[in-house]
Amino acid sequence: MHFGPHLLLAALEGLVTSAVLALTALGLSLVFGVMRVVNVAHGEFFMLGAPLAWAISTAIPGHPTVGFLTALVIAPLIVGAIALVAERLVLRRLNYNPEATIVATIGMLYIIQQLALSFYGPEARPVEPPFSYRILLPWFGYSGYKLSIIAASGLLLVATWLVLTRTKIGLIMRATQYDSETAQAFGIPVDRVYAGVFALGAMLAAIAAVLIVPISQAHYLMGQDPLLLSFIVVIIGGLGSLRGTVVAAVLIGLSDGIISVFFSPTLAKIIATLLVAMVLVFRPQGLFGTAPR
Amino acid sequence: MSEASPAKAYALHLGVIALLFALSFVLPDYHHGLLARIMVLAVFAMGYNMLFGYVGLLSLGHAMFFAAGLYGAGLSVIHLGWSLPLAFLAGIACGALLSLVIGLLALRTTGVAFMIVTMMFAQVFYLTILYFAAWTGGDQGLVVPQPARVLTFGATSLDLTNPTVRYMSALALFSVVLLITLAIVRSRHGRVLVAIRENEERTKMLGYDTFSNKLAAMIVSGTICAASGAAYALLFGYVGSSFASVQYSILPLLWVLLGGAATTLGALIGTVFMYYVIDIASGYTSAYLLIVGIALILLVLFFPKGILGTIRQRWLGWLP
Repeated sequence: MHFGPHLLLAALEGLVTSAVLALTALGLSLVFGVMRVVNVAHGEFFMLGAPLAWAISTAIPGHPTVGFLTALVIAPLIVGAIALVAERLVLRRLNYNPEATIVATIGMLYIIQQLALSFYGPEARPVEPPFSYRILLPWFGYSGYKLSIIAASGLLLVATWLVLTRTKIGLIMRATQYDSETAQAFGIPVDRVYAGVFALGAMLAAIAAVLIVPISQAHYLMGQDPLLLSFIVVIIGGLGSLRGTVVAAVLIGLSDGIISVFFSPTLAKIIATLLVAMVLVFRPQGLFGTAPR
Repeated sequence: MSEASPAKAYALHLGVIALLFALSFVLPDYHHGLLARIMVLAVFAMGYNMLFGYVGLLSLGHAMFFAAGLYGAGLSVIHLGWSLPLAFLAGIACGALLSLVIGLLALRTTGVAFMIVTMMFAQVFYLTILYFAAWTGGDQGLVVPQPARVLTFGATSLDLTNPTVRYMSALALFSVVLLITLAIVRSRHGRVLVAIRENEERTKMLGYDTFSNKLAAMIVSGTICAASGAAYALLFGYVGSSFASVQYSILPLLWVLLGGAATTLGALIGTVFMYYVIDIASGYTSAYLLIVGIALILLVLFFPKGILGTIRQRWLGWLP
């Protein structure tokens, strides 16, 4: 293949990564923005989506589309319920203290990972994609399913944006994010908003995992890279900024895709992580964020 | 915290060291070996405690300092053929240098950003070890060959692979670091650190240079962790990338939380306790990470002061 088509392929792969990353990072960003909680277990909520999708799609007989679509609805709901329980049992009791919640979510990370290993096992298992149409480009054929991931992620991002900016729920969430004490004084059930946001964040991550699992396979350690990448995206995009998160996800996903095609993936990760750490040190509000109040 | 009589505190610490010395002669082989390892890892926890307990800075990247010592010492023996004392010093120097650089960068941030920045630097360090697999052995790690682990002083030679020598070397390192931390936390500098933890703005207003005090604490902490790593490489003869992974940044946090943050002996108690819990549990199940996870959550929920922290609060106010 020549350089041009090669670059196009890398860019397409990068866009798929970006699409999944944007959803995952959006969940992390919402939780941090509204609750000021750094959820280290976020990658595990992402991971949980994949084995659940495998279990659901293998349990349902018939055409793979039925199984996949069921998984796409049920798996995030289960993950959301788990997150809700974790929030009620642990985070709320810690009064959302930033340092204590980090330690607690590290604990959750280990618990979820180990339970996934015990019940699901160390194997990587595939999930059949709902359709296997290939789009033929002049230079190579490209999976139609991968393109549909980009579309699905785009739809979900627009939907989240609409909810946040155009509905009463969104208004309540933004009010809580802006000043939780004043929101509480105005009769907003801040406590319930926190629970809902934490569950929503986990569900977004789980949806991302269900979308990616037909092209990557479900494995109990698959939450580690998305966690780090989501951190990177959220930091670059500015903590709690939705637009910044999406722009940063596309930027990171594309550059990750392109750099990994042409260079060693480990080197790409080293450079990306180092650059982001430097951003956090020298420009803590992120590249697109505004200075904190 | 009530004012402690220095004699009482030093007597307690010397008593603990004497107890560990005596244990060497009565413990069965298995526990003897385990305790040697625990003492080296307790040094790691003490280094972590310097920063987390006394300055209140929660780092999620201390594995890099441990690994700096581990690789600094291990690689200079393996690749350069340096003698053991020199290699040990090389490991410590690597940790000191790394903690200086990381401190200068990471201490510009506070709170949550500090945790994430330290975690990212540690991740970079970990990936760098994997990237240079040709020298570091990557995932597999490297074994420090047994002949290289013999210390010769003229006619006498000390074989670090001998269990008793290993135990005593670990104890020596542990004792030195324990007494150093005790001296530091009782010093003027140690009190400034606690003041920074309690209220940094006020400490600044009182005229203290909080940044250089924090930087000093970071370097002391990183250097102690590196000493632990260097000792680990030389005493147990293995360097591997898993010691630089996130998990080894979390473990000292767990040990210190369990034993009691900002207590000099808490690091040892937490390490002993957690190590044995995991050791016993792994006899029944391979799911030891589950125990780590549950312990972390239970500790922050119900027992945030840890074992010694609670004892100090309830009964022994003078405990350092």
